Amino acid sequence: MTTTSPPTRLHSFKPINFAFGVAGLALLIASFNAIEFDIFEILEGGPRLTRLLGQMWPLNFPAVPRLLDQLWITFLMAICGTSLGIVISLPLVLFAARNLTPHPIVRFVVRTFISFCRTVPDLIWALIFVIVVGLGPIAGALAIMMDSIGFLGKFFSEASEEQDVGPQEAIKAMGGSRLDVAMSVVLPSAMPAFTSDALFAMEKAVRASVILGLVGAGGIGMELKVSMDLFQYETAAMIILLIFCLVVAVEQVSNRLRGAIIGGH
Amino acid sequence: MRVKSLSLTFANGLKLFDGIDFSVDEGERVAIIGRNGAGKSTLLRAALGMIPRSKSEGEWLYGEPMHNISGRKRRRLLCQVGFIHQRHNLVPRATALTNVIHGAMVRYHPSFRVWNQALAPAHLRDEGMELLERVGLADRALNRASALSGGQSQRVAIARALMQRPKLVIADEPVASLDPVAGEEVMELFSRLVAEQNSTLIFVSHHLPHAVHYADRILGVRDGRIDLNCAADAKSIEELGNIYGDNDDDDD
Repeated sequence: MTTTSPPTRLHSFKPINFAFGVAGLALLIASFNAIEFDIFEILEGGPRLTRLLGQMWPLNFPAVPRLLDQLWITFLMAICGTSLGIVISLPLVLFAARNLTPHPIVRFVVRTFISFCRTVPDLIWALIFVIVVGLGPIAGALAIMMDSIGFLGKFFSEASEEQDVGPQEAIKAMGGSRLDVAMSVVLPSAMPAFTSDALFAMEKAVRASVILGLVGAGGIGMELKVSMDLFQYETAAMIILLIFCLVVAVEQVSNRLRGAIIGGH
Repeated sequence: MRVKSLSLTFANGLKLFDGIDFSVDEGERVAIIGRNGAGKSTLLRAALGMIPRSKSEGEWLYGEPMHNISGRKRRRLLCQVGFIHQRHNLVPRATALTNVIHGAMVRYHPSFRVWNQALAPAHLRDEGMELLERVGLADRALNRASALSGGQSQRVAIARALMQRPKLVIADEPVASLDPVAGEEVMELFSRLVAEQNSTLIFVSHHLPHAVHYADRILGVRDGRIDLNCAADAKSIEELGNIYGDNDDDDD
């Protein structure tokens, strides 16, 4: 009788893997050393945190109407920036998606542009646009636009590539062009994915728009920076609370919408 | 219509066809039979230039070589061919009517394009509804294709192909994914509608009675060449079955 013996327990164990493991651990230890990580020093900061929290109380409720105005501008800045991002990303898909691109070189160029938009942090885009168009929400909206192009260009293209090839081949077989394939097959098929990605970009933009104010790109972030600089911690705390409410509200609405879209699919 | 010395070489150097010749008369109905992997579907796709990353030579479609021609010209030739796929290949999230109207989008190239029934001109919507009625699905016009059964989807796919007003209809095992009853219905309807439009028909089938019943002529493909070319009533089903036998080296 022949028997098949089970494979060795550590069948994937190789010296090279072990070496990578050791190297990873060494990097981790070196990192904590480099930032002079000291748990006791952090614990010593405890009383200072308590003092700060004390200074934040009571919250500055009289400032709420003025802050809501700024919060509203922040939100609108996120909406404008994301919308511009969506409008620019959609046509980019025609060149960046493998199933729609006219040529691999075109795809490479467009994808490189999209990656560039994504890898430059939004804060840096904001700094650039503050110089270009001046202080204010327009700079913020443009920064969010660049960030959204980087995010949505990638995800829209991937969603487009994931679509079933059968219907696309059918349109090509009847003499349809790339644009026909995109508009009659890819766009309707990928619509749930596109909408879901756009909503994610929206959430991301609302969080980002708060930070962008710190470098002068308008909105509530600017108020936060001013109140922090002037040691008005009770106003700063109020702002943080309002931002928290906005982000949670946007996430809730976005989740509901996404659920409805995927459910409707 | 004539396929002249068609050859197909894949990127990996594998040569499937070498100088295939056959002709199809206008209005004729031709069935292509052969074993799995014999190259039936590939033959049709190669002839339409639909196999990417391969090199093919020869002439097809009204004497025009399909390869090494501009994309635009190729698309204009493809407009005249209604292709019915084994799996209907409808856009699942689009309505039945929109899918049918897609068939018309290529008729007007490049002057205007229709991608959706809601935006289509009235005469195209009427024409689409008429075709849906002829395939018995007028009441499902606004149902998404994903909500239709296999047989219904294939009927919508037939309506879409006819919407092209094609001179030639090619069907690649149109009823292979359907149960025998639905398959019979679809085949019957399909063959009748194609005849009404006076289109030429080429279909691939594994079902020999279908080939004998719905075709005027039968082509048998074996090992990447045409092994049989006869009138549909010239041979019995048993004789036709020989094309499937005596062949162990299944090439793909």
